[in-house]
Amino acid sequence: MSDHEYVPKSKVGKWFNDRLPLLTLGAHLTDYPTPKNLNYWWTFGGILTFCLITQIVTGIVLAMHYVAHADLAFASVEHIMRDVNYGWLIRYIHSNGASMFFLAVYIHIFRSLFYGSYKSPREVIWIIGLMIYLLMMAAAFMGYVLPWGQMSFWGATVITNLFSAIPLVGDSITTWLWGAYSVDNPTLNRFFSLHYLIPFLILGLVVLHIWALHVPGNNNPVGIDIKKPSKDTVPFHPYITIKDAFALLVFMIIFAGFVFFTPNVLGHSDNYIPANPLVTPAHIVPEWYLLPFYAILRSVPDKLGGVILMFGAIFILFVLPWLDTSKVRSAVFRPIYRQFYWIFVLDVLMLGYVGAMPAEGIYLVLARVGTIYYFAHFIIVMPVVGLLEKTDPIPMSISEPVLTGGAEPSLARKVNDKV
Amino acid sequence: MIKFNIKLFILSFLLLILLRPLQSAEMIDPIKVNWSFKGLTGTFDRASLQRGFQVYKEVCASCHSMQYLSYRNLGEPGGPEFSEQEVKAIAASFEIEDGPDSQGEMFTRPGKPSDKFKSPYPNIQAATAANGGAYPPDMSVLVKARKGGANYIYSVLVGYEDPPPGVTLDEGVYYNKYMAGNKIKMPNNLMDGLVEYADGTESSVDQMAKDVTTFLAWAAEPELEERHRTGVKVIIYLILLTTLVYLSMKKIWSRVDTEV
Repeated sequence: MSDHEYVPKSKVGKWFNDRLPLLTLGAHLTDYPTPKNLNYWWTFGGILTFCLITQIVTGIVLAMHYVAHADLAFASVEHIMRDVNYGWLIRYIHSNGASMFFLAVYIHIFRSLFYGSYKSPREVIWIIGLMIYLLMMAAAFMGYVLPWGQMSFWGATVITNLFSAIPLVGDSITTWLWGAYSVDNPTLNRFFSLHYLIPFLILGLVVLHIWALHVPGNNNPVGIDIKKPSKDTVPFHPYITIKDAFALLVFMIIFAGFVFFTPNVLGHSDNYIPANPLVTPAHIVPEWYLLPFYAILRSVPDKLGGVILMFGAIFILFVLPWLDTSKVRSAVFRPIYRQFYWIFVLDVLMLGYVGAMPAEGIYLVLARVGTIYYFAHFIIVMPVVGLLEKTDPIPMSISEPVLTGGAEPSLARKVNDKV
Repeated sequence: MIKFNIKLFILSFLLLILLRPLQSAEMIDPIKVNWSFKGLTGTFDRASLQRGFQVYKEVCASCHSMQYLSYRNLGEPGGPEFSEQEVKAIAASFEIEDGPDSQGEMFTRPGKPSDKFKSPYPNIQAATAANGGAYPPDMSVLVKARKGGANYIYSVLVGYEDPPPGVTLDEGVYYNKYMAGNKIKMPNNLMDGLVEYADGTESSVDQMAKDVTTFLAWAAEPELEERHRTGVKVIIYLILLTTLVYLSMKKIWSRVDTEV
């Protein structure tokens, strides 16, 4: 952060800035030196901010018309769809927005995994990001309960029942979560309250996430440390803002395609059947973005074991910066890890697929293999490959590969003295 | 290269997921109908919606409620678009319970366009009891509440058959090719010539099934036409804006030696 000397031009500006340096902050955000070689996978931070704001704005409007009561919730959603001006548009943006949010966050996370953005000195950015992801899952899950359709009700029943697996106090905790002896009106009411709260917690964490990012600055596809500012960087504005705007618009075209032309394709048709505690749906499936974890949960024959593994699948990510032993950040220069990376991507996709399938036969076998591999990737592959892999030579600066048309071995130093 | 192969594998895996329906139930695929409301610019066939409402009113409404619709919806743009007089007349043909009045008594009066569709039964329990233990579902969002949507509803309506040998049905249960589990408690209510269409269209079973399904598709998604229209405009606008922003981006980035 090299803009501490910023002085506003106007007197009023100076007076205000001496008391609250918002203008300094603005100048910092404008000038923020950003690696010039960031590819489009780096535009998802901006896209995610857009997603969060969209969810908050549409959510606030929906909350003006929604009624959080077991007898009225379903009807109030239909009221929004039919009688509120553009209610259908706001609701479809909100429901599809959740899916788009997760699509973007998964790309963002997998980008980080590929380019080693979670590694020193960016561990705190990574951990705050994971906390955001956890809160997103909680918000999405509770939001899905609010329309009080069949999948809302039974999804809530399955997920809250997980807590009953905790030894000794499990049943008491579940009853406490429900506010009743089953998923019922008190559950719906508190889920609505929390669903409204969590996005603002996320917003706070996003501020911390960006703050933590601005300390070391962005990682980049080459994964090397760069001098800032230098010929390897560009000011955030206008270079990155315009690029983020372009990527965001492309994203919005896809978003609009879902909202206007297939608004229900990502949801489950059963959720248009009002919640009925007496009728269990044939297959209870969560939204697509939770399916890999659902597959892990169901792959374990023991309930408590399944719950531990499911939460473990997320919490293992928190220690990832210390499981990865490689000194090179970007997978571009890690020929072995790169292959394991794609196998891991495939593994997560496969888990998502079997999560949507009944837990029997070949699907159960696949879920078990997939679960074992998921953990093996972090516990075995990451530390071992990092130690044994012979990495490709990495360039000394970002400009180099651009100027020479490729990383010349003669120009590259040994991996070890670089990082 | 191995990396290339893995990416290719991931791609084919994604295609497999997309092409394969997610749920494997023991159901046969519903008949695919070329509905007018399909596609990016699809709209409802107005005449079919009006006929469909007639089928609903004269056949389905004796058991199925549509509690989220109001009579006024029948005159709104994008729907059957009955005239104001027609909507008033339709509403007035129903006796609606209202009240309590100033004496605390409930009373009935002719329906108004602002009234919700009158339900055939006072509550779900009454509907269930009167139909041999099977609740005839509310049809307001039925098309959205069934996998396969309009195709599925249409298929069930025309899917009644004699049970294959070896299948025995209980009293009040019927065999339907497209219903999950093939057993349905709703009898086959449609027969040729059942309804006398106001516009003179021949009321074959197939015609009635198509008309009433169109009507139900509109009932579930009354915003569909406006949604499609707005969507086309929004996408065109976004593509134009994206192009402009793309050109601006190229211009701005031409100052540095990096490609975007």
